[in-house]
Amino acid sequence: MIPAPFEYHAPKSLEEALRLLDRHGDEAKLLAGGHSLLPMMKLRLAAPRFVIDLGRLKGLDYIREEQGMIAIGAMTTHAEIENSSLLRAKCPLLSETAAAIGDVQVRNRGTLGGSLAHADPAADYPASILALEAQMTMNSSMGVRAVDAAEFFLDMLTTQLRPGEILTEIRVPALGKGTGAAYCKLSQPASGYAVVGVAARVTLAAGKLAQIAVGVTGVGPKAYRAVNVEDALRGKKASEKLLAEAARHAARGVEALADLHASAGYRSEMAAVFTRRALERAVARAAGTKA
Amino acid sequence: MATATKYIGKPLKRKEDPRLIHGLAHYVDDLVLAGMLHAGFVRSPHAHALIKFVDTSKAQSAPGVVAVLTAEDVRGQIGAVPCAAVLPDMKAAPRPVLATGRVRFVGEAVAVVIASDRYALRDALDLVDVDYESLTPVVDPEKAISKGAPVLHEPSPDNVAYRWELEGGDIKKAFKQADKVIRQRILNQRLVPVAMEPRGVLAEYKPGEKTLTVWSSTQIPHLLKTQLAAMLGAPEHSVRVITPEVGGGFGSKLNVYPEEAVIAHLAMRLGRPVKWVETRRENFLCTIHGRDQIGDVEAAVTKDGVLLGVKWRIVADLGAYYQLLTPLIPTLTGLMLAGCYKVPAIRIEIIGALTNKMSTDAYRGAGRPEATYYIERLMDLIAAELKKDPAEIRRKNFPQPKDFPYATPTGVTYDSANYQKSLDLALQKSGYAKLRKEQAKLRKQGRYLGIGLSTYVEICAMGPSSAMPAGGWESATVRVEPTGKVTILTGASPHGQGQETSFAQMGAEILGLTPDDVHVVHGDTAAVPYGIGTFGSRGTAVGGTAAYKSLIKLRDKLAQIAGHLMGEDPQKLVFGDGRIWSKSAGNKSIGLIEAIGAAYVAKTLPPGMEPGLDATTFFEPSNFTFPFGAHVCVVEIDAETGDVRLLKYVAVDDCGNVLNPLLVEGQVHGGIVQAVGQAMFEEAVYDEHGQLITGELMDYALPRAGALPWMETHRTVTPSPVNPLGVKGVGEAGTIGATPAIINAVVDALAPFGVRHVDMPAKRERIWKLMHEAPPRRAPRAPAKAAARRQAGRRAK
Repeated sequence: MIPAPFEYHAPKSLEEALRLLDRHGDEAKLLAGGHSLLPMMKLRLAAPRFVIDLGRLKGLDYIREEQGMIAIGAMTTHAEIENSSLLRAKCPLLSETAAAIGDVQVRNRGTLGGSLAHADPAADYPASILALEAQMTMNSSMGVRAVDAAEFFLDMLTTQLRPGEILTEIRVPALGKGTGAAYCKLSQPASGYAVVGVAARVTLAAGKLAQIAVGVTGVGPKAYRAVNVEDALRGKKASEKLLAEAARHAARGVEALADLHASAGYRSEMAAVFTRRALERAVARAAGTKA
Repeated sequence: MATATKYIGKPLKRKEDPRLIHGLAHYVDDLVLAGMLHAGFVRSPHAHALIKFVDTSKAQSAPGVVAVLTAEDVRGQIGAVPCAAVLPDMKAAPRPVLATGRVRFVGEAVAVVIASDRYALRDALDLVDVDYESLTPVVDPEKAISKGAPVLHEPSPDNVAYRWELEGGDIKKAFKQADKVIRQRILNQRLVPVAMEPRGVLAEYKPGEKTLTVWSSTQIPHLLKTQLAAMLGAPEHSVRVITPEVGGGFGSKLNVYPEEAVIAHLAMRLGRPVKWVETRRENFLCTIHGRDQIGDVEAAVTKDGVLLGVKWRIVADLGAYYQLLTPLIPTLTGLMLAGCYKVPAIRIEIIGALTNKMSTDAYRGAGRPEATYYIERLMDLIAAELKKDPAEIRRKNFPQPKDFPYATPTGVTYDSANYQKSLDLALQKSGYAKLRKEQAKLRKQGRYLGIGLSTYVEICAMGPSSAMPAGGWESATVRVEPTGKVTILTGASPHGQGQETSFAQMGAEILGLTPDDVHVVHGDTAAVPYGIGTFGSRGTAVGGTAAYKSLIKLRDKLAQIAGHLMGEDPQKLVFGDGRIWSKSAGNKSIGLIEAIGAAYVAKTLPPGMEPGLDATTFFEPSNFTFPFGAHVCVVEIDAETGDVRLLKYVAVDDCGNVLNPLLVEGQVHGGIVQAVGQAMFEEAVYDEHGQLITGELMDYALPRAGALPWMETHRTVTPSPVNPLGVKGVGEAGTIGATPAIINAVVDALAPFGVRHVDMPAKRERIWKLMHEAPPRRAPRAPAKAAARRQAGRRAK
């Protein structure tokens, strides 16, 4: 399990990392926690000539509150997100999602930015990032730009990131009173990835579903917002029956993936089941009844 | 054995564990020798192909590469992979150590590259160019043996390696008398053993001394030594095999592999030490697989559920070649197909099929889990058909304690048992009657609880030699050192079973010392007497008995010496607290060390007695042993997802007398976990091209801690009469007993859906389909809705 030869760089600053990225272009790969890139390199499914390790770079692992939003550095590990008291208090959905990733070893090494930039169709974060309507900040030597999560994921393993860009920060909202969120997942028994993962965020106002966002991962080639589910719920009074009916739309219009662990048909059915479970839990949390 | 013991039967912690936990153990990969080279294998990406040409020139000239060899380069220098099993009319399917002209499975070694370091080696492996002409592979064993299938080996044009038939009793009469005939096809899927440590070999040849030393992660150092000598044409006395720490075997290292012979050959050829360590991918592709049988059963029963006769037809997928015991394993299934029941008549036909896959061979249980699974599924099928409780059907067919030794129609004789007692205990400990009530109540709420039973018997302690291809005895030498410490050298080669602890307990007990005074040595053919190895739950029953007998010989000698020194009758001396005590005269005693000293200084020995304290025993058991037990598994199935949750597991095992209950419990727990693996998660899947699509741990699902049930273990004790320790063996019992208990529970949970059988592994989607294709009979609500309500109910709490 030895990768093909490569040249290793460990920039100390973001500027240096960007310069290296500019210089080596397509032949370079960014290394964050290494939990996707290194296995691919060891199996020689990936053989970049240059590896730019962001692990020595200072200042990209933080979780802090800024103007009603929570800013998270891209190099923040899953374990830090899982255990952050700030996130647990103000955006527990992200901590709940991080806790569902892999095992302790994976969570100690893997990073939020690395996972999102890799855009594995069965990764956990994308569902929650979509449901939270997060903002993704990307730096290049040309400057900084930000896109909404909904625009970030383009296809399987493909994102908005352009050559020369590094995902540096993810901003999620602090969830207020009356808002509840939940991530529910059916794990692939071997890898632990999501066969289906659904994140739901709801805001109740006067007993009605005022705001609603549902992100689904694992089902299709990329994570998506289940807009059909959201439309079926918006402005209505939450009931068990309504949630179940709306959840039936979770995989509508999506070409579901199929593999040894789940056929396309089963995946679509499970998308509905886990959407309903996530919705029920999110509504209960929004209403302040524990779930 | 003594009635009141100080160490035997006590739950001592393992002596092995501190070094393993502290990272102080040495595996093959930890060993480094001066000037050591690294070898790696170029492996076939095709399941079936002709090798047209191998171009090694680019690899030869790559930096750091020392040599690249193909079959051509070792022709006539390394013999074929040995197979110890010989069955009547078995066709040849010899495996050359490097593929010669043709490859027959994905992963078969075609060339070997040797380089100065692992990095250069890995890069050079990609530079060997092999030109293949692909042939049609045959992957499905039933297709392999049907007309017109591509042929793997010329001697068996129908891909049938052998037919093994057995008949006992009057089968025709049984079916004539039957009130009911029950039929079912039952699959035993292919499994990958996945030992935590993959295989590894390091070999060193010293041209001055002309000695070859091979370090291999193996379960059978002595058999490997003999086979290597034969394969390499080396005099056996110049070959030494050492097993360093072995990180799990489960049967997968009870073998002689091409890599072991090639690496040893290279060390001799190149005059430098050579090491090869298997990657996990290689471990999946080219270490033996387990199980892979298709069983068809027809059972004749009375309307009360009494078995009259059973017909079995089994197609066993052997893979592309024979490894050490490949053809033998399915016949072990055959021998055990009567299970723990009175089967008046039986007919068995086993067909060994050759396919373009890795060989199957011994994997924890080796043939017996298959047999137990078949017959335990059958008992539940009978119960379901006759609408009777599965416990009642079993009870009705058990032989009684007075019937032992009990001869089965398959020709084996069970040593001792009380099946009724272990079943009763399992039912009582699991609260079976209450569970059934709970199940009925929950079904009305649309919840699906399943209760599964398994009552098993297995065949263990392999010997006797009459039934074993390479002998079934075991050896042990015990040496009492001049300072009073004791060394036990065992020919068995434990690799995780804990005999360094249990044999030390035995030594301490018999010689009146502490377990810390006793050291157990194994796995070095230059140090320990010739032995057979550790497999088939034989380590304690056969190897332990050899050690016991040697210990008794030395105790008797020490008693003779002490009696002579004390002027006492040696028969009346007892050993304890480091002293030898006279039973007859008050508190008279001498230190054990005094008697030991006398043996070595040899000035005060009884006349005519040889000096020294060293005793060797080669123990030949008179029969196998037949451990048994009863397991109860409780599951609940999530109707919305098909997810099976294991709620509770109660195991009652009878492995005879016990040297260390902690070790027994550990074996049972581990065995159950491996059964959970087969029942719920694991399957080696080859696609129609013969590609292994579950070739890594991202796809091959092993059971994880979170998926395991609460396990409760209990024992009944029926000593075995075939060895003086009265032990039976417990290494495989958990796996054998648990697989059917789990699946029986799953099928039981699905009874409201009209399900009578589920194939392994009980994957969610498979279960979900069964539940959604057939709506529950008499269940008041659709499962999805009911589960939704359940969720809501939980939320309300």
